[in-house]
Amino acid sequence: MPTVDAKGHDGGNALHLCRVIGTVWATVKVDTLVGYRLLVVQPLSHDLKESGSAVVAVDTVSAAPGQLVYIVKSREASKALEERFNPVDAAIVGIVDEVRTAS
Amino acid sequence: MFIARVIGEVVSTIKHPALRGKKLLVVEKLTEGGEPTGDSQLAVDSVSAGEGDTVLVLDEGSSAALVTNLDNPPIRTVIVGVIDSVDIED
Repeated sequence: MPTVDAKGHDGGNALHLCRVIGTVWATVKVDTLVGYRLLVVQPLSHDLKESGSAVVAVDTVSAAPGQLVYIVKSREASKALEERFNPVDAAIVGIVDEVRTAS
Repeated sequence: MFIARVIGEVVSTIKHPALRGKKLLVVEKLTEGGEPTGDSQLAVDSVSAGEGDTVLVLDEGSSAALVTNLDNPPIRTVIVGVIDSVDIED
């Protein structure tokens, strides 16, 4: 079940499983984002069902479309980049090999 | 903080340097009465929690930095306790 925060955003929780579903190309962007890839990710539940709206996340692990990844959202996403201050609210911080659940 | 149940584990080789050596667990939020809500997410483990455990999950960045003992980590959601029981007054 998707969660909706106070601002009405529902792109998943702060640390969330996602599927990379696309790439965003932006020639003109803020200086601190130059050199980073922007990917469109769909948040998923633990059983890999869609959960909330897709968001655009900065890639820090060289992920590719189709891959299962996890993203960190909100203020902590900007800490994934080397530059201390940057305008980022979602970042891909890992690629999933396997999700192990009992169910 | 919120109450959740550990329902699985994520295995990941390629990850942000701040997450290296850290266990990532799949948690499902519970109601105060202990009922599963169907709302699952990931959390960094700091207390060696295991599948089936009811846990206390922190969801705030500067506290997460303290718990993980890292400078400015891209981590917000951390398991900070294993819950024995919750009493709710009527």
